[in-house]
Formats: sequence, structure tokens, C-alpha cells
Amino acid sequence: MSKEIIKIEDLKREFMMGTEKVQALKGISFGIQQGEFVTIMGSSGSGKSTLLNILGCLDQPSSGIYEIDGVKVKDLTKNELATIRNEKIGFIFQSYNLLAKTSAIENVELPLLYNSKVSSEERRERAIKVLKMVGLGERMHHTPSQLSGGQQQRVAIARSLVNNPVMILADEATGNLDTRTSYEIMSLFQELNKQGITITFVTHEPDIATFSSRTIVLKDGNVISDYKNEAIQSAAEQLANLPKENH
Amino acid sequence: MRILNPLRIAFKAIILNKVRSLLTMLGIIIGVASVIAMLAIGEGSKESIRATITSMGSNMITVRPGSDVRGGVKQERSAMETLKLTDYLALKEEASLLTYISPLVNGSGQVISGSNNWPSSIYGVNPDYLKIKTTELQSGSMFTDAEVQTAAKVAVIGQTVVDNIFPDGKDPIGQMIRFNNIPFTVIGVLEVKGENTFGQDQDDIVIAPYTTVQKRILAVDFLESIVASSINEEKAPEAVLQVSEIMRTQHKLTESTANDFNVKSMEELISTFSSTSEMLTLLLVAVASISLLIGGIGIMNIMYVSVKERTKEIGLRLAVGGKESDILMQFLIEAILISLTGGFLGVTLGLSATFFIENFLNWPTSVTSYSIIISFAVCAVTGIFFGWYPARKASALDPITALRYE
Repeated sequence: MSKEIIKIEDLKREFMMGTEKVQALKGISFGIQQGEFVTIMGSSGSGKSTLLNILGCLDQPSSGIYEIDGVKVKDLTKNELATIRNEKIGFIFQSYNLLAKTSAIENVELPLLYNSKVSSEERRERAIKVLKMVGLGERMHHTPSQLSGGQQQRVAIARSLVNNPVMILADEATGNLDTRTSYEIMSLFQELNKQGITITFVTHEPDIATFSSRTIVLKDGNVISDYKNEAIQSAAEQLANLPKENH
Repeated sequence: MRILNPLRIAFKAIILNKVRSLLTMLGIIIGVASVIAMLAIGEGSKESIRATITSMGSNMITVRPGSDVRGGVKQERSAMETLKLTDYLALKEEASLLTYISPLVNGSGQVISGSNNWPSSIYGVNPDYLKIKTTELQSGSMFTDAEVQTAAKVAVIGQTVVDNIFPDGKDPIGQMIRFNNIPFTVIGVLEVKGENTFGQDQDDIVIAPYTTVQKRILAVDFLESIVASSINEEKAPEAVLQVSEIMRTQHKLTESTANDFNVKSMEELISTFSSTSEMLTLLLVAVASISLLIGGIGIMNIMYVSVKERTKEIGLRLAVGGKESDILMQFLIEAILISLTGGFLGVTLGLSATFFIENFLNWPTSVTSYSIIISFAVCAVTGIFFGWYPARKASALDPITALRYE
């Protein structure tokens, strides 16, 4: 049995909306093994983004246990959380969140700037390596405004990989992209997953879920189903089957 | 490594946002420069007013004999004959708050040269008199102490006298004139002073050694008055007290006896000067405070807004593993770099503006070091604080809240 990267038990998250208490997560438990490609599905308001933010240590649960790579997150200070985000997690956002007017390579280097163990030569080397991995070896010095949406998301993926995280968390990473580019990005994720990187992917598009090895479906803050995907589709093949673009 | 990275991050952030950084700096530059230039102009005017007032002899002190009643008739002051040369010598010796001191005797009479004559006054003084009156010579020289000793028949005359007894424009230096039939050699001509505030022509004057005037013209041994100048305007009241003290001892007055002399300083001039300079100082302080306040608010706004609009960036930096302290350090360094650069540019601009005003507009200016220090300090501190404070608030947010900030 492979190593358990994520373990959550009876995880709850409540928000105060004015005077009303809203329960976004009503007690969720599951675990994610190393090497899994999990999609978290659910309509908007199901709590999937809240869950992902907690998994990414960007937000704290109201109650319940969350362990990442054997570390209990609840007891950690702000600085220790920052170190976890820096060294164990690669987060990918729907809106890419790249620094404007900053070249791709400098965007990718950003997490390493906050890791004092990495020298500036090593930082550059690793950034070049991951940019080549996501297929942007030729565009390392372009700024976000000179890149297409798909390319910007590739930069963001490279940035999430540069710290050699134990897990990548993606929040609707294909939400702003057209079908073809989405499939390109998904095939990149599948490739990364084959190389052993654990991926947790939040989406509301069912076709995206078919590319993953496991699907967790959330509804109104509860897990309503959690199943292994027996017939994993290859995003690369799907991409080939798409009708040729006529421009 | 720990300090190098935040420096690198802050430096990159400034370079990336050239326009924003420049605008922020502009607030500081203009704030500092305007305060320096304005205070320089203000200080310059203040100094030029001060110079004008000082040239009027605002630190002059006059000792006159007191008037008295004899046989029921009030006597003229000089008729008292109580002011003696020994008083002058004692004051010269003992009064430490006086710089120049001169006895004074005067009389009036007719100045004659050839076929021209003119009624004028003669002042018998010593060489200090010109310094006390802050008067210069336009030509020739002043008589010397030696000429005072020998009661030499030499005179320095004013322009009005020159105009009237040498109407043909002859150089008066070396000419012989007669005052009440006593011959004098003209050795100098006073610079033109015009009328004083009371409408008296200050150029209608003949100045000669007091010994000469005492012996040869008036045939007296007392003094009309003693004139002196105190070290400076501020010390004048103290000098008056000191002079009174010495005079009382000289005249052997007991404690119950009133002064038989009068000591006067140019109180009106002094109070005019101090109230003018106080007004100017107040005005300057008001203007400088307002410009500093406005500059400070400008800096505050730009810093506050520019950090606020970067909340999302702060969120991202937190999300990829930046610690609160990393973020704070970045913004603090940014604010320091921008504020200090802006401050230095502001000082440079302020000094250049002052130079320009002085040399091309010919306004008197005077740059004071305190204006540079205060304006620089206020702007830099405001800039640094308002660059740091919103960053502190933003970096204390949960990363997700900061990321979602619009």
C-alpha cells in the first residue's frame, strides 16, 4: 500500500454571513494516496473550493482533523503553514494569478525566493527545468500579457511544480480555457501524474473527471459519492479526436 | 541570503512598477522640494529685513544727562553739564556689553568755503561713531584716534553740505572749510543716507574729533551725550542696565537718589524688528507645516492605495509560501527605497530651485539645514509608515482572503 498523503476526518468549515451561520463543509472524511489523480466534483456552492483551500493550507477548518504528509495542520503556526505551502503544496488557480509584467521564468522562481535553502543558481536551473517540462522552454522570458490563456496556465503549473511538492492542488484550472486548451492542460496533468505526482483537481465539468483515477462528488457540504474511475480516458487521445479547428 | 532575497524581491517590484513608483516618489519629491524652497525664500526675506533694520542702528544706546529743575525752571538737559569725559572712559573700560562707544558734543553754525556758505550742525565724536551709526564713507577717510588726541582740525562732511558749499562739483577731499570761523580740512565724505524716519536730513552734518569741537568751537568740557552700540539687538536691554549701573557708580548716586542721566536704546526699532521677525517666523512655520501636511497626505494616499491594490499580489505571495515577515520585509524595503530616493531627489530639486530663484529671479534666499532635515524626515517617515502599515494589514490576512480581495 502506498503512502497516504492526505488524511481528513470529520472536517467542518463554517462561515458567518452577516448574522447567519453557513456550513460550507458538514463533516467530510477521506484520504488520498500518493500517486492518485483525484477530481473533486460538485456544483457551485457544494463546498468544493472551500475544501480545496483547506487542503492547500490557504484556509483553516473550523473543526476536524487534516493531516498532510503526516503533519497535523491544526497545530501549526502561520509561519509553519507558509513553509508547508512553500515546500509540500503546489497550488494552481482558475485565474492563473501570475505576477503581471514579470517574465514566465521569474514567476516560476517566485516560490523558491521564499525558500532560503535554494541558491540563486539552483533556482534558475529548477525554473528552466519545469518550464521545459510544461512545454514552455521557448517562452521563458515572455510576460503573462504576451502569453495565451493556456500558456499562462502552463506557467502557473510550472510554478506549482518548482518546489517539488508532494501534491498539486488545482482549483478549476481549466475553467477559463476553451475545450481544446483544457484537454491540452489535462493531458499535461496526466503526464505529470504518470511521473508520480499526486494531483487533486476541483472541477464542475464531468468530462474533466473522466481523465482522473478517482472522483469525489460533493453536494451541500457532504461527500455523496467517492469512486475509482475504472476507464480512465486519455486526454491526449481525446484531443486528437476533437474536430480540427478551422482557422 | 535571508536579507538578499527580500531586497531582490522589493527591487524587482519597484522596477516592475516604474510609473507607480515614480508617482509615489513624486509626492515625496515635491513635498520636500517645496518646503525647502519656500523656507529658503522666507529665511532670505527675513535676513534681508534684519540687515535693513540693523543698518538703521537698532542696537544703538544713548546716554544723556537728566534734566533737572533749578530755581523752579526746568533746564535743558545739556545745561546740566553732568556728563563728563570720565563717564565715557568708565563706560569704555567697564561696559562689557558694548562694542563701540563714542562721546558726542554738537553745535550748529555756518559752514563756509570760498563764497559759499551753509547752515549745518557739527558733531564732535571719536572714530567709533561711524560704526555705531553703521555709516560708511563714500570717499576719503575717517579721522584717527591720534587726530582726536591732538584735537586736529579735520572734518568728515555729509553730501548735503558738499552740495551746498561745493556746488561746482569740486572734489571736497583736501579742501579747506570753515565752521564758525574755525578752519577744517575735509578728509572724508559720508555715504548718502537720505532722510531718517523723522524727516531729518542725515546728510546735513559735519563730523569732527570731539576734542576739537569741545575746545575750539564750543569751549566746554562736558558731553552732550555718549552713544554706543550693544553687542546685538537682543542684548540691548541688558546693556542699558549695565550702562545705568556703571553711571550710577560714576556719579556716586546713593540708592535713594534717582538717576541724573538717561539711558535709551532704540526700543521702538528693536520691538519693530522683533515683531516683524516673529511674524515672519510664524508665517514661515505656517506655510511649511501646511505644505508638509499636504505633502504627507499625498504620500499617505499614494502609498496606501498602491499597497491596497496589491493585496491580491500579497495573497499570491502568501499562497506560494511567503511568510508574513517576508511580505512585510518586502514592502518595508520598497517603502524605504522609494521614500529615501524621493527624499534625496526632493532635496536636490529644492536646492536647485533655490539656486534658480536666487540667481535668476534675484530674490534673497537662505537655505537652512533644519528645513532640509525636517522635510526629509517627515516625508520619509510618512512614506515608510504608510508603505508598511497597509502591507502589515494585508499580510496578516488569510491567504485566501487576500487572494480574493478586489
